[in-house]
Amino acid sequence: MYVAVKGGERAIEASYLALARTRRGDTALPELSIAQIREQMPLAVARVMTEGSLYDRDLAALAIKQASGDLLEAVFLLRAYRTTLPRLLSTLPLDTSKMTIERRISSTFKDVPGGQVLGATYDYTQRLLDFSLAAESGFQVADAVPPQENTKENTQNSPRVMPRVLDFLNAEGLIQQEPVPPGDPAPGDLTREPLAFPAQRDIRLQNLARADEGFVLAMAYSTQRGYANTHPFAGEIRHGSVAVEVIPEELGFAIEIGEIEITECQMVNQFAGSHTEAACFTRGYGLTFGHNERKAMAMGLMDRSLRCEELGEEASAPAQMAEFVLYHSDNVEASGFLQHLKLPHYVDFQSELNLVRALRRKTAQAADAAAEAENLAAEEQFPDAPASDAQKAA
Amino acid sequence: MMESVIEQQQQQQYQQAAVEPEAGYNFAFLDEQTKRMIRRSILKAVAIPGYQVPFGGREMPLPYGWGTGGIQVTAAVLGRDDVLKVIDQGSDDTTNAVNIRRFFRRTAGVATTERTADATLIQTRHRIPETPLSSGQIMIYQVPVPEPLRWLEPSEQQTRKLHAMADYGLMSVGLYEDIARLGKIATSYDYPVVVNNRYMMRPSPIPKFDNPKLDRSPALQLFGAGREKRIYAVPPYTSVKSLDFEDYPFEIESWEHSCSLCGSDASFLDELIVDDHGARMYVCSDSDYCRQRVAAQSAQSTPSGEPS
Repeated sequence: MYVAVKGGERAIEASYLALARTRRGDTALPELSIAQIREQMPLAVARVMTEGSLYDRDLAALAIKQASGDLLEAVFLLRAYRTTLPRLLSTLPLDTSKMTIERRISSTFKDVPGGQVLGATYDYTQRLLDFSLAAESGFQVADAVPPQENTKENTQNSPRVMPRVLDFLNAEGLIQQEPVPPGDPAPGDLTREPLAFPAQRDIRLQNLARADEGFVLAMAYSTQRGYANTHPFAGEIRHGSVAVEVIPEELGFAIEIGEIEITECQMVNQFAGSHTEAACFTRGYGLTFGHNERKAMAMGLMDRSLRCEELGEEASAPAQMAEFVLYHSDNVEASGFLQHLKLPHYVDFQSELNLVRALRRKTAQAADAAAEAENLAAEEQFPDAPASDAQKAA
Repeated sequence: MMESVIEQQQQQQYQQAAVEPEAGYNFAFLDEQTKRMIRRSILKAVAIPGYQVPFGGREMPLPYGWGTGGIQVTAAVLGRDDVLKVIDQGSDDTTNAVNIRRFFRRTAGVATTERTADATLIQTRHRIPETPLSSGQIMIYQVPVPEPLRWLEPSEQQTRKLHAMADYGLMSVGLYEDIARLGKIATSYDYPVVVNNRYMMRPSPIPKFDNPKLDRSPALQLFGAGREKRIYAVPPYTSVKSLDFEDYPFEIESWEHSCSLCGSDASFLDELIVDDHGARMYVCSDSDYCRQRVAAQSAQSTPSGEPS
């Protein structure tokens, strides 16, 4: 009796236990807490929240712990949880000009109102492994210097409004106007309605925001190398906290329900103009939860690249093809479908085996028939000679 | 007496009665609003046989590509009195089938069975049971890629136009090229069909051996593609024609062997490699069909009254 396919249920239960053991690692070491992950791996938490499209640092940290640090698996866990949540209210659009800034840079102007604020960045760290971090009980800078935001004086001095760099270009009419569409329609939601084409910009932006960071990075990079043609400038990158507001029906006015930390990137791109429009700059927009400049910048490039059609540019490269980009950007979809190849396929493979064997039989029969016909023809030509000699003669 | 006890035990092994679902989830996991949305899509799919209806597929706690479309369709049509059967590769015992059955045991607590005839709902990946389906049963297929023209035209915008115009010339040319180069149509599974003489449809990756079972089936057949967010359907007794040419008629595969366990020469066989020298063994892919046949044979060979 063939038994290999039996016992699936027991095997699955055993795999749960093995997974729990692997996740815990050496039990002589203390277990990671959710708070430790939340506080000490904020960039991983930011990525999981962004691609999981759910802002909850504790749940994202839990997902990272449960996924043994596999961030794509953590995104998947968060998404599967998100799908069960009720929709209570829609928030008002975030006003990112009223951000409590942690970091803000512009590469288009030497100085801007509010100034350039370097903040916490790996940009100028020289990437030398810091062995002082390995000595866990040792002196650490973070212990000695309290964060600036915590001092009362600093909070009072920091401007409540930090104007966006692109708004200055906008005021001069140098950047393409992006007025609120008539009636201010609610944006679409990919998690409620299936993707359809042509996809409007709201849907494209939602797709890109949820998209795999690596994918968006690579696609954006391809436009820089010459597949499509973008001339981006980082008009502004800002990271900080913004207030989230809702208007409850029974109140009729906006109330603040909390703050979220976001990264916003506005890319400025050249646009040569067309028959109807004067030359101007155009905008590519990127937004992520938490601190994630790489993703926000790549998203800004891709937003602009996918606007090619509305700007009358020829769509010639993969990064300009909305179907190609939007259908392949989601890592939960991509990872699931790729890894489904681990599932049994032996019925399909059996069919293929039968087919390939049949095709090979057909080829062999055809070859035999051809050889026979050749022999026959040779015999007719040289009736007395053996077949092999006849072939030589031919 | 003895026999009936054994029979009962066997029955228990292959069937599980309904239980209370786990607390904390709505019945069958999805919320009722989502189920209504999916049911509306199913109704549209039934009304336009073979047409792919876009639906707001949800993110499920199982990976895309592992049956999320089938699971959502099952969740939307499942009732408390249903008896569910889940198969993968024709078998109830493969890990994926076990996993999906467990999912519905946990979230819906419905009764499950391995017997095709006892099931009201059958979720499947890659096979149609050998035991003929009956009126009132629902088959739910897990679909990885719903678009039959996808390998010929990668753009969804284009393929939707081709369907709208019933312009299926691309496929005919593709099949013709197979015949011209290889002497036969080189598609062995997920073999394209035309439903109700109108829409071309992918039957999901069932072997073409199963295609004839789609045609005028008394069961309602529903297809769910979770990642691609499409639902389509073949209503009961609807014509499903496998594509072919007059001079190259559609044919199904056959084996020179019969099943090593039940001796069937009419079922789809899995080929197993049983030793280091590459010796082969052939057994039914449909494990329930095979077991029923073995049970019937042993009942015949053991005259009643004698201990087995």
